[in-house]
Amino acid sequence: MNIKHHLDEATLVSYAAGSMSQAMALVVACHISMCSSCRQRIHQTEMIGGMLLENLEPADISESALEQVLACIDEAPEIEESVAAAPIFDSAPLENGADRISDLPAPLADYIGGSLDQVEWSRIVPGVYYHDLPCKTERGGVSRLMRIAPGKAMLPHSHDGNELTLILKGSFSDEIGRFTAGDIADLDSEIEHQPLVDSDEDCICLIATDAPLKFSTLLGKLVQPMTGF
Amino acid sequence: METKPPGDDVENIVAIPQQEMKNNWSDLLVQLAERRDKQIYIAIFRHFAPKIKAYIARLGLVESTAEELMQETMLAVWRKAHMYNRSKAAASTWIYTLARNLSIDWMRKQKYPEYGLEAWHEEPDEERNSGEDEVTADRLQKAISQLPEKQAQVIYMSFFEGRSHTDISDRLGIPLGSVKSRLRLASEKLKMIWRDDV
Repeated sequence: MNIKHHLDEATLVSYAAGSMSQAMALVVACHISMCSSCRQRIHQTEMIGGMLLENLEPADISESALEQVLACIDEAPEIEESVAAAPIFDSAPLENGADRISDLPAPLADYIGGSLDQVEWSRIVPGVYYHDLPCKTERGGVSRLMRIAPGKAMLPHSHDGNELTLILKGSFSDEIGRFTAGDIADLDSEIEHQPLVDSDEDCICLIATDAPLKFSTLLGKLVQPMTGF
Repeated sequence: METKPPGDDVENIVAIPQQEMKNNWSDLLVQLAERRDKQIYIAIFRHFAPKIKAYIARLGLVESTAEELMQETMLAVWRKAHMYNRSKAAASTWIYTLARNLSIDWMRKQKYPEYGLEAWHEEPDEERNSGEDEVTADRLQKAISQLPEKQAQVIYMSFFEGRSHTDISDRLGIPLGSVKSRLRLASEKLKMIWRDDV
């Protein structure tokens, strides 16, 4: 897997701290599950959490806490099944060296089932479809899958907050570069961009924002109420 | 949760020598997975339970909830110990993520998106170990105390108050970009202590 666009360090901190919205955390978790280099980085970032925990002044706990927990253990001592053994993508049996890029990342599968083929799309305009996810967002942000046909562009827009876009299939290019499956665009308010789908197939991405997008063209402003973007 | 009179487990605690345990929580957690030994569990409980509760309380949850979630976290330590991979994370890190996830699940009523357990097992390790053992709590304390105050502040607001970038930006009255650059700088400095020895 040749991932060229990675998570911002500040985004990793927020994920490790558990301080980002559910919608953003989903995109981050999906990218990490596809990207071994960000996985290394998140391990280290979470270590900051571990060390902060270790350094905390201990709180008083109830005197019976230990007994209560031991009683629970005695009642149901069996260990939890390791989820690790479960296939991460039903319809794609893992072969050696199989390119995981075509798979659905496990964290997303929790929300939409085994395959992108099962997603029910709603049309915004011809060639542009979306599917909203039930993740909680912050400040009117979005949590959705987008499916955009080859040659189509998103309307030029900027943001008040952060925007995460993970490519699951196909590719697009914008002012920053070219994004293919596994790549993440981790952007904030300083950037205005207009992604253009440049693959032969539809481009499917997972998007989260923590504020509504701001469109910079009159057309964008006109369709904004319609698209909810 | 049902209370029952102190069981044998509690009465028969053999004090595991303190010295032996120092900085060896990761080894003990591995042993717990292998041996399912209550005495090891109790030692881990005594050390981590009060810290877990302190962490959860700092997230702003009331005392009774913090107590309950602490107990759930400690229960998860027992039940999931076999999933712990020493080469990927120190005990404190793994236990921290359990406490974090359970607290968030409780607050949001939605399961915190995890990046998949396969991530903890797959792939031969590129790193030799989780690195914690060489790094004492003292050293982290030192690294944090050496952070410029503004950087330490955003780290604490993230980890202990669960505030998002935009939330911190509002609270401190600084642009989003400044919040992110402070977090970047702080995180990179803290990570240095696990790299080339200082």
